[in-house]
Amino acid sequence: MIGRKPWVPWIWLSPALLLLGVFLVYPVADTVRRSFQGPRSEGWVGFDNYQFIIDNPQPFVADTHGAILNNLFWLIGFPLIVVPLGLVLAVLTSRVRYEAVAKSTIFIPMAISFVAAAVIWKFMYEFNPEIGTANAIAGELGRNPTAWLQDTRSPTGWLTKGTPDGGWGPLQVNNLALIGIGVWMWTGFSLVVLSAGLKGISTEVLEAARVDGANEWQIFRRIILPMISPTLAVVTTTLVILALKLFDLVWVTTGGRFATDVVATLFFKEAFVVRDYGVGAALAVVLLLAVVPVMVLSIRRFQFQEEIR
Amino acid sequence: MASRTMNNSVPAAEERPAAGGRLRGLLARMPLHLVLLGFMLLWSLPTIALLVSSFRAPQEISASGWWTALTPPWDFTWNNYDAVLNQRGMGRAFINSLLITVPVTFLVLLVAAMAAYAFAWMQFPLRNTLFLVMVALLVVPLQMTLIPVLRLYTQLEIDAEMPIIGGRIFGTNSYAGIWIAHTAYGLPFAVYLLRNFFGALPRDLFESAYLDGASDVRVFFRIVLPLSMPALAALAIFQFLWVWNDLLVALILLGDPDMAPMTLRITNLVSSFGSQYQLLTAAAFVSMAVPLVIFFALQRYFVQGILAGAVKG
Repeated sequence: MIGRKPWVPWIWLSPALLLLGVFLVYPVADTVRRSFQGPRSEGWVGFDNYQFIIDNPQPFVADTHGAILNNLFWLIGFPLIVVPLGLVLAVLTSRVRYEAVAKSTIFIPMAISFVAAAVIWKFMYEFNPEIGTANAIAGELGRNPTAWLQDTRSPTGWLTKGTPDGGWGPLQVNNLALIGIGVWMWTGFSLVVLSAGLKGISTEVLEAARVDGANEWQIFRRIILPMISPTLAVVTTTLVILALKLFDLVWVTTGGRFATDVVATLFFKEAFVVRDYGVGAALAVVLLLAVVPVMVLSIRRFQFQEEIR
Repeated sequence: MASRTMNNSVPAAEERPAAGGRLRGLLARMPLHLVLLGFMLLWSLPTIALLVSSFRAPQEISASGWWTALTPPWDFTWNNYDAVLNQRGMGRAFINSLLITVPVTFLVLLVAAMAAYAFAWMQFPLRNTLFLVMVALLVVPLQMTLIPVLRLYTQLEIDAEMPIIGGRIFGTNSYAGIWIAHTAYGLPFAVYLLRNFFGALPRDLFESAYLDGASDVRVFFRIVLPLSMPALAALAIFQFLWVWNDLLVALILLGDPDMAPMTLRITNLVSSFGSQYQLLTAAAFVSMAVPLVIFFALQRYFVQGILAGAVKG
């Protein structure tokens, strides 16, 4: 608008800025402050709460090391499965006529809540092989039933039907079972985004390569992969943030029991069950610090997109 | 936006079968079809198991696998749905979910569109910095904000009964409280998405409208919003599903069981009726019904939203 008064933009922005300030900016600052205070936010305690996370003095009540390791395991394992799987499925679905149906089928779990997914998988992972689908299939393969969500053995311990070995850190049967739920829920996202990326590649380039005698693997490796690497970056970033902030999935399935706690669930327990706001806030700050590098990366990418706009 | 390329021809690498090679082509592609169909089966199996089980009698669910119900004699029943909808307060929870979700979706769209219009078409100091801060807020873990918000709500509590819909006027256990909180949490993504869409609208339109003396309000309602329907639709679907599927915010801000949405009610069912699968499966399916209907009816917009907002964590 010509001759717009200087205060006009702020009127349009004010509801959003007010809400963001009250519900996101202020809480972040407040949480940082509380992380240096006692359990009831009384008195300053310096870095004691962070020392608590490092020393892990109550491994059976609040296993801070276990939670951080589990989060790391998710951080690496979850995108490492979901991104390649989505890419393979995107390539495969692009070659069949029932592409739309195939994509919808894999995408549907994205639309449902973690709560409903938890019920679905509690049922799939049910111990009784007469009821639980996973154990029924395992039974057909000659295995005794497994308590999928409770079993803390390593996969090798599971394969050799051993007793809990505990030497594998977060590499536990139940963590893998939980990641399995995550993969079920999020592969559709990876598939849909990567599939759109694939379609952005011009057919002429691919045809030209074929005319020049490139085989399908070379085309994938030398043309498709480099050309969708920005899309791969977007998908991976999203999944990494998701894995870092992971809460609902663990909370509604195991509640963090059986050594499946991640930082966000442990934070929740400290803050709302144990009622030690200090340690809870420190855990939240750790989570935020872990997200910062990812945040910087997405801002860089955003600025880059602005420049080429 | 990548979605614009969705309708382009597929970069299919499929070999063109020579004359009479049709069957051979089909055979050569069998592994592809088998792998894909295998994945499709694997991905739908858990949901099918839930659906089939929700129609079985309690004694059958706990005695035999859901797959045994697929062969005759079929013996399905609506009883579980009856029990869930009538006896466990699920009907009320369903209404609560709507009472929470619909206003939030509307509020997010309105507040975000206003901010996005300013970011896209107005000049003011710190414009880019403010926008970057907002993009950064996309990754703040929601849990982190709950304690301060809870304390704030306790201080600002207005402890009188809200007419018609119930609950307090404001504070914890108030619909207004959860509307505002959810709206705030949805804003970073919504403003980001709409700002990008508004910014891509043709400049000429705005210039001629401004020259004709149109006010910002007029331009916003007559040009920006009507032209942005696809983005608004995608955003509305997303926002609706996020809030409908939310557990955490409801868990913290709504302690009153009469105000609990579906997700919270089902979580409580899980802890109190851990092994009564007939109730759990039916309840879970009721909560999934709305998202699934929305998904199938508006799939195109849903996918657009995913593509436009691929940075949301």
